[in-house]
Amino acid sequence: MSHLSYVAVLAFVVAGTAWLEVALRTRVSRRWRRLLLAVVPVVVVFSAWDLYAIAHGHWSFDASRVTGIELPGSLPLDEVLFFVVVPIAAVLTLEAVRAVKRWEVGDEPPGTCSDGVRTDDGPR
Amino acid sequence: MTYTQLAVAAVALVMVLDLVVVRTRLLRRKVFWTAYAIIAFFQLVTNGILTGLPIVRYDGAAIVGSSTPVDARPPFLGDGRIAYAPFEDLLFGFALVLLTLVLWVWAGRRGVQRTPYAGPPRVRWPGSAAPGDGASYEPG
Repeated sequence: MSHLSYVAVLAFVVAGTAWLEVALRTRVSRRWRRLLLAVVPVVVVFSAWDLYAIAHGHWSFDASRVTGIELPGSLPLDEVLFFVVVPIAAVLTLEAVRAVKRWEVGDEPPGTCSDGVRTDDGPR
Repeated sequence: MTYTQLAVAAVALVMVLDLVVVRTRLLRRKVFWTAYAIIAFFQLVTNGILTGLPIVRYDGAAIVGSSTPVDARPPFLGDGRIAYAPFEDLLFGFALVLLTLVLWVWAGRRGVQRTPYAGPPRVRWPGSAAPGDGASYEPG
């Protein structure tokens, strides 16, 4: 079987969300420093969880369907990529809903939302 | 600890982070639940591939259901599984997504690249908040 099976699933997630950046103007790439602040802790925390689970045999990977590249602790590179790709997809989804609905997210300055909807577009 | 215990603890911890510690209160916003509903659907699809092929196997000692069979697919539904995946994966995913979005909103609220806000959509989108819906919203 293909060593790229797991990576192909991740590619599907990337393809399924990247277009939001263009079609809905989610503008996440223009906020990349903020994105790092969200993604890096998730990579650290969930990689630690993964290492614990692998060490205790909670789950294991089909060697014929992952890249075979491993980080210390037998952590497949595929898993680390998962912890990068999925949080970015989550942020893009949240921002896509915001782009369409203008619903209050919680990061707006005071006085720029009314009845849970943003009324000020802020600087572009 | 089992995967079940860790997954429940992770969800509880991240919920406390959201509601009490940093008070982003995403759990009380429809923007979060709408986004999560979309994410959960695609998690069931993609995780179904990962766990149904299976690319990832689980040990029955760590989950409520049984171990992933050696030479067969796990059940699609039942024995603690939803779309081939242990239900614990839904808790894992929920904790991962909520933690990500709490950090994202918290950073924005602290002034790290609060703007540019998302939108307006470049394409016509069903259900879009249209100009005149209470906001000056200029397409283009």
